[in-house]
Amino acid sequence: MISAQFDYQAPATIEEAVSLLAADPDGARVLAGGHSLIPAMKLRLAQPQLLVDIARIKSLSYIREDGDQILIGATTTHYQLESSDLLKNICPLLPACAGRIGDVQVRNKGTIGGSLAHSDPAGDWPAAALALDAELALIGPNGDRTVKAESFFLDLLTTDLKPGEILREIRIKKPSGQFGQAYQKVPHPASGFAVVGVAVHLGFNADGSCSAAGVGVTGVSVKAFRAHATEAALTGASLDDQTIAAAAAKVCDGINPTTDLYASSDYRRHLAEVHTRRAIKAALASGK
Amino acid sequence: MAKKYVGQRVKRTEDPRLIKGLAHYVDDITLPGMLHVAFVRSVYAHARITGIDTSAALAAPGVVAVYTGADVADKVGPVPCAGALPDLKVPDHRVLAKDKVYFMGHPIAVVVAKDRYAARDAAELVMVDYEELPVVTDVEDAARGGTVIHDGFSDNIAYRLTSGEGDIDAAFAAADRTVKQRVLHRRLAPIAMEPRGVLARYLPGEEELTLWSSTQIPHLMRTQVALMIGIPENKLRVITPEVGGGFGSKLNVYAEEALLGWISMQLNKPVKWIETRRENMQATIHGRGQVGDVEIAFKNDGTLTGLRYSVFADMGAYHQLLTPAIPTLTGLMLSGAYKIPAIQMNITACFTNKMATDAYRGAGRPEATYIVERALDLVAADLSMDPAEVRRRNFPAPNEFPFHTATGLDYDSGDYEAALDKAQQIAGYAKLREEQKKAREEGRLIGIGVSTYVEICALGPSQAMPAGGWESATVRIEPTGKVTVLTGASPHGQGQETSFAQIAADELGVSINDVTVIHGDTGVVQYGIGTFGSRATAVGGTAVYVAIQKLKEKADKIAAHMLKADASRMSFEGGKYSLEKAAAAAAGTGTSDPVVPVGEAPAGALPEPQTDGRSSVSIQEIALAAHIARDLPPDTEPGLSATYFFEPKNFTFPFGTHIAVVEVDRETGDIKFLRYVAVDDCGKVINPLLVDGQVHGGIVQSIGQAMFEEVVYNEDGQLITGTLMDYAVPRASHVPNFELDRTETPSPVNPLGVKGVGEAGTIGATPAIVGAIVDALSPFGVKHLDMPIRPENVWRIINGH
Repeated sequence: MISAQFDYQAPATIEEAVSLLAADPDGARVLAGGHSLIPAMKLRLAQPQLLVDIARIKSLSYIREDGDQILIGATTTHYQLESSDLLKNICPLLPACAGRIGDVQVRNKGTIGGSLAHSDPAGDWPAAALALDAELALIGPNGDRTVKAESFFLDLLTTDLKPGEILREIRIKKPSGQFGQAYQKVPHPASGFAVVGVAVHLGFNADGSCSAAGVGVTGVSVKAFRAHATEAALTGASLDDQTIAAAAAKVCDGINPTTDLYASSDYRRHLAEVHTRRAIKAALASGK
Repeated sequence: MAKKYVGQRVKRTEDPRLIKGLAHYVDDITLPGMLHVAFVRSVYAHARITGIDTSAALAAPGVVAVYTGADVADKVGPVPCAGALPDLKVPDHRVLAKDKVYFMGHPIAVVVAKDRYAARDAAELVMVDYEELPVVTDVEDAARGGTVIHDGFSDNIAYRLTSGEGDIDAAFAAADRTVKQRVLHRRLAPIAMEPRGVLARYLPGEEELTLWSSTQIPHLMRTQVALMIGIPENKLRVITPEVGGGFGSKLNVYAEEALLGWISMQLNKPVKWIETRRENMQATIHGRGQVGDVEIAFKNDGTLTGLRYSVFADMGAYHQLLTPAIPTLTGLMLSGAYKIPAIQMNITACFTNKMATDAYRGAGRPEATYIVERALDLVAADLSMDPAEVRRRNFPAPNEFPFHTATGLDYDSGDYEAALDKAQQIAGYAKLREEQKKAREEGRLIGIGVSTYVEICALGPSQAMPAGGWESATVRIEPTGKVTVLTGASPHGQGQETSFAQIAADELGVSINDVTVIHGDTGVVQYGIGTFGSRATAVGGTAVYVAIQKLKEKADKIAAHMLKADASRMSFEGGKYSLEKAAAAAAGTGTSDPVVPVGEAPAGALPEPQTDGRSSVSIQEIALAAHIARDLPPDTEPGLSATYFFEPKNFTFPFGTHIAVVEVDRETGDIKFLRYVAVDDCGKVINPLLVDGQVHGGIVQSIGQAMFEEVVYNEDGQLITGTLMDYAVPRASHVPNFELDRTETPSPVNPLGVKGVGEAGTIGATPAIVGAIVDALSPFGVKHLDMPIRPENVWRIINGH
């Protein structure tokens, strides 16, 4: 990598990392797994003055249950999430999503916090975080705060993170009762990023009807989004094929899908609908 | 003689060092005081340079020198083009742009600094003022005129050429039917895993320049670079360390290679340049790039009578080494595997504001095969015949070889029907067609594609080549009995260190572990041509074989002398000359015992073999006797080595049948492989493992071309697919299981009977894959689709968008 010159700090604590960032809010960047930032630096699209490496802060990497929540440390790698037996049991959408990211080498280095904070329009984690209505814990010069995933992703590569703030933890309400989950993805043949990615979480009533629905969509627009119209069409309904198809047809309501060399806006819209339908059906089939 | 190694799946001797990370590529070589360079490249596709300010770059920390086009224009000669076509326009291609830039990535200036970072930082400080000029990216626009890219030329047409034999107009007039189709061959990027790289070291005392370069042609490069920078050729040494893939992209002499040599001579320091992937996409040659119309004439029974292909070939901004020659190779292979009495090709080759095209695996022949195979599918569709049957009907029979084509070639040998039969049998073709029919009734879209290709390999007779088509080998047996093979071919992944050792070990009756194959160093190896055009084994391997026969003529004489016998009474078997016929034991499998045990040799003297009263003598003992040279037959040169330059009398023509079976998803347009069967005939096989590997890799690149790959420039000439995040090369997950088999029709062109297989996959597979997808969509009236066929294309067809 022939990047521009930069300084490097590996703080021992997240508080120290925050103060390093706060000292140079324009020039300093947080480095976690490096799988978004380093390629940008290689092409000199990013030229940070200082890298604050939080991947070496051991206490930031964990997956644990805490009451009715699942807590995930920001520097937990994709592979750790993919291979977590705990998550496979209590929230299988997370390992399913992790397993579709990049390749094994990427998953061994890349982190969930880095991916969410980068807010790549075709990243996988934002879809899952939205479907699960995750809460993101941030720490900054003014202390801690939390923000819902839906309020976190603002625009292309833009989040609610304020200068000097770091995403430290992802909090997910532990699914309870009967539920089903699935992640459907069309990977771009070159980058492996999502041309379309749809994460679905469904809760079920005793009669099998849908008690709650979370649908997160990535790859389709400038940022990942929650498909509210689809969720509304599912919630409370008995999930027959017709209902599912009608709900999936609303996935891009209010969205103007992206066009690129691989897929036009029309085709993306179509793929989003098809894969939303397939994800709902897969979630339904996985229900327990 | 019994073959112990040839024909066996011998594991590659190259692999342990590669797998363990112990191999040395250019970038692994570091020299004391080494400087690094970075290039300033054009951000525009076509512009006049109105000013270059290098002062800030020169003042930057660590910078040693900055050179621009003006500095080198009269010091370094133009980048060579070996094309020799009538009325060919050859632009003055300087190593650095001087007044104008002609493509995005065109080198303008070069910064030399103490490390790579300083060089790259300073390159960003070189200020170039441009006056943008109208851009020509479309090859047909280029042909029509308007903006003329090169000052001094009246138009953008590099050359026009019409070729072929037979009365084409009569053939079309007499035909029952004709079909016509426009066919696109998109630009592809070769994407060798290791990009290009050069390390140049000039030693002012010795007045010697050494270039370590990741190239396929060290000797040709030495000659060309010597001429470009004006150093005597015998003061220039080119070394190719490990080369991480070429695929034709390193069958070239690039501006950077000569420039690095020249810079080292200015500064008297070693200088290194390693291409970045982005530079590799912008400024390493592209492949393919043809837009053409194929027209085929035939009778109602499917018999072909004529074929015409009129093509616009996209040269890019300049000619690299073989740029203009590539479309002519397409013209040579337009008869495919068929009897076509009249063939005509009309080439209009044009300059565009894009990187030059040149040889990419197959180099003009995949285009030909694709055109002919697509045309055969169109004939089959037009006549409602099975595509395999149309092909079968037009094959020349095995007894019609050598088979003369209307493109002027004489195919050496072939049994095309045998390969087709075998592939159909493996695929269960008749059953597949039934399953396809049944699936269609169920609404599933399954397609079967058949390609019966022939290709031209073993390039080639020198008559047909710009700078010699022979290959060289030296084989010597060292005093300790070890065998050294020096090949003029320059393998870079093909595995000839293994396959040439197999040939040598069998012919000399020694263990393969005693043979070392050396290549890619002009200071060590006799002049050679290099590795490209599936030639290394058929031409270079033959040179090794014949050199060994020469060496054995001498060994025969020495053996007879040592055994005090008449040479005609002796036999050679298992590495031993024996008085009794077939008395010798076979050689062991490990390293043979050294004639002189390690650690026991008396200093300064080697013990002479004692052969009094013996009835046999080993080749190692002969080698020792030949070097001690105290008792040799009269008029015998000491030493045991032979060199041979093999000139083939013809090309070779491998062939085969590929059958692809795909299913497309009605809803998403996704394309899934159900089967992939390939039966290839590359003549005699030295190492089936290597042949399988070549076929695998070729099919994978064909999948890339058929379904993913396309170098895209926008209308401003900006390269849109500039990184591997945008340009899709196939990954393991995109590739089906390959069911491979072979037929074996020896070539009469060389004593080994080998033909070549390096490009078979990229030539044979693409039409099978496209044919399968088209076949799957035939219920929608589809007869042809242009590559790359992406899910969206399929979706639009199925859903009428």
